[in-house]
Amino acid sequence: MRRRQFLTLSAATVGGTLIYTLDRLPLREAHAQTGQKIRIPLRHFREREALIVAAAASRIFPSDESGPGAPEAGVVVYIDRQLASQYGRDRYRYAKPPFEEGVTEQGYQGKETPREVYRDGIAMLGAFDTLSPTAQDAKLRDIEGSYFFRLLRQHTIEGMFSDPMHGGNADLIGWQLIGFPGPQMSWSEHVDRHYGEAFRPKPMSLEQVVGRKVTPWEEAE
Amino acid sequence: VKALRGADVVIVGGGWSGLMLAKELGARTGQSVVVLERGPERKTAHYFDGMDELDYAIRNRMMQDVSRETATFRHSTRDRALPIRQFASFLPGSGTGGSGEHWNGITPRFLPESFRWRSHLVERYGERALPEGHSLQDWGVPYEEIEPYYLRAERLLGISGPEEAVAFDAPRTAPYPTPPMKLAYFPSLFSEAARAAGYHPQISPSANLSQAYRNPDGVVRPPCQYCGFCERFGCMVGAKAQPSNTLMPVIARQKAVAVRNGATARRVRHKDGRAIGVEYTDAKGEEYFQPAEMVVLSSWTLNNTRLMLLSGIGNAYDPATGKGQVGRNLTHQANTRGLVMFFDKPLNRFMGSGASGSVIRDLDGDNFDHTGLGFVGGAFIAAFAFGYRPVANFGIVPPSVKATWGAEWKKAAVEAFDRTASLSVSGEHAAYRGNYLDLDPTYRDAYGDPLPRMTLDFEENDRKLVAYMLSKLEPLARAMGAREVSSTGLRRYDVTTYRSSHLQGGTIMGTSPGNSVVNGWGQCWGMPNLFVLGASAFPQNPSGNPTLTVLALTMRTADALVGRYLKRPGALA
Repeated sequence: MRRRQFLTLSAATVGGTLIYTLDRLPLREAHAQTGQKIRIPLRHFREREALIVAAAASRIFPSDESGPGAPEAGVVVYIDRQLASQYGRDRYRYAKPPFEEGVTEQGYQGKETPREVYRDGIAMLGAFDTLSPTAQDAKLRDIEGSYFFRLLRQHTIEGMFSDPMHGGNADLIGWQLIGFPGPQMSWSEHVDRHYGEAFRPKPMSLEQVVGRKVTPWEEAE
Repeated sequence: VKALRGADVVIVGGGWSGLMLAKELGARTGQSVVVLERGPERKTAHYFDGMDELDYAIRNRMMQDVSRETATFRHSTRDRALPIRQFASFLPGSGTGGSGEHWNGITPRFLPESFRWRSHLVERYGERALPEGHSLQDWGVPYEEIEPYYLRAERLLGISGPEEAVAFDAPRTAPYPTPPMKLAYFPSLFSEAARAAGYHPQISPSANLSQAYRNPDGVVRPPCQYCGFCERFGCMVGAKAQPSNTLMPVIARQKAVAVRNGATARRVRHKDGRAIGVEYTDAKGEEYFQPAEMVVLSSWTLNNTRLMLLSGIGNAYDPATGKGQVGRNLTHQANTRGLVMFFDKPLNRFMGSGASGSVIRDLDGDNFDHTGLGFVGGAFIAAFAFGYRPVANFGIVPPSVKATWGAEWKKAAVEAFDRTASLSVSGEHAAYRGNYLDLDPTYRDAYGDPLPRMTLDFEENDRKLVAYMLSKLEPLARAMGAREVSSTGLRRYDVTTYRSSHLQGGTIMGTSPGNSVVNGWGQCWGMPNLFVLGASAFPQNPSGNPTLTVLALTMRTADALVGRYLKRPGALA
């Protein structure tokens, strides 16, 4: 077995917001004080790979004046868990041969599993995390047409906006950003009101709503 | 293969139609009924933890396990079919209740002319108006004979709908059982604009209840809470009618009806023109033979056809000669959510329900004069408040923004997220001689059986139909206050984006063995103790959502079985 890998980030890069560990314990002690470090145990990536993926996700969904982004939401933690799970091994795809090239309307026909797509994609990105933001953007533009980039962009959105039990959307930061309140039980008294005005109830995660631990699919199989 | 003790009836597939028939037989006859359902048991209590977009709406947790079985797809016989490696354009359900668990609950009736579509078009426009290469035909059962069953199906599910008759809708002999749903902001904007433009908007008929309801079987369901988790989810309160909450409470009390989960039907065994039972494999991989006096296939469009072909029943359709019936007239829906509107105001779209919305049927079927338009058919048009979830919908930006990632895109997408909505255009997909189902020569399922192969595309008629609808709707979108509108017409058939799970055809109904696989009661021509239920019997797609019609036709079959067939087994037509 390989040595346990951790992703070490400075508290400043995650803006001091909540990040969940693999055991889903919130890591909050590192609060925006520069110099402090957060260590997140990794399930699939090596630290080097996680840094590259985190950097790329941060260019796709940056943290900037329009609000927090991939670093604060913990998108890389989300991706790491998905790849470590059955999903990473293509459990949710018809993966029988022969693999033939088709037309776009027939969908992705590649042989590679999500893990393999990332492995090759990370190799394409090289020392991505050490480049300047401008150079990073140029690099991403070079691979925009690749299946890896499509997956990475999709996973970045998933990590921003899926329930925090999957490892991303830490502190419900993605939902707060867009005014999505999460899976709440009833809008019966509100659905035909608030016409034309923003109605923004405080977001709640699934576990907060049902009041117990929920096992996400990636941990159920 | 272990042979089991015989049953009177074996039903393949425990979705709306299979369980509906099982419940009727259980209530009205002494027949022993075995339902073979390949997926797991499902109940309302399972759905409390299920409000998770990623697992259920993105990874398809309730759907058929695509790693084990899928379909292959090609546009035409000139192309090579490749497997649909991830379900996207349609989503076959699995488990007790089938797709009836994860549906939205939109329950229109088809228009009367739909049932005699070819005759109607020829009478009004002449033979030459029919699309090139079409294989449109009549259903063989008139609307008037189906109407009482529509009513019964609506009462069983408690459908919430308009209190008064609406122009251009199918005629009704009695009102809906429950009042209409509440209207969220976005559909209310559509309703207003449509009315001002002279259309006749109505609040969509909905299987999600507007108020608590006790159905004729004594099953009570609570009102919808507008949580916005319907499509791809099971209802956690039981307000959305699903086989698990509407039929199973009755079936659970019926000693003669058994639902066997984890049972995948592999073949219908038959001898001398009679079905004698079903071979299936259970979840552990053990193989069984379930003998029966009567066999019912209700395992959804693709699998009904596939089981007939795998079992060597009927004649497989050959597109080169036009001979054979099994597999013919595969249709989907010429639909698009391609009219996207960008508003200045927030829409609060997280609130809603699968079927809460505003609908117009003015442009449906033949409700408008098609003379000179160059196409036949219409569309079921609606503005729904389904509940708008972020993983599936984040990232849509107005056409003026070109970026698809990075700071500019993010800023625009965050701003657009709750200010974006699209109109649903469920256009009719005509049947063509070139669109059909057969068995794939290369790709196989987890048991080694050939996958179904879909040969399917849209044609000129369908594209013109959608373009016409979009041209009518763009001014409405502006009148609703949209700042930018982006519209995409119908392209080639594509398995990568969601369209609907409304696939039809393959075992179509008709008036003779020369034009169909089954008669008007779903009874197989030439094998009178084999019945095939579901939308696989629809000769073509008539725009709107098919489930209510599937239920009505199933109830009609149940009546014929109880009243006639079981007393004197034999051909009903």
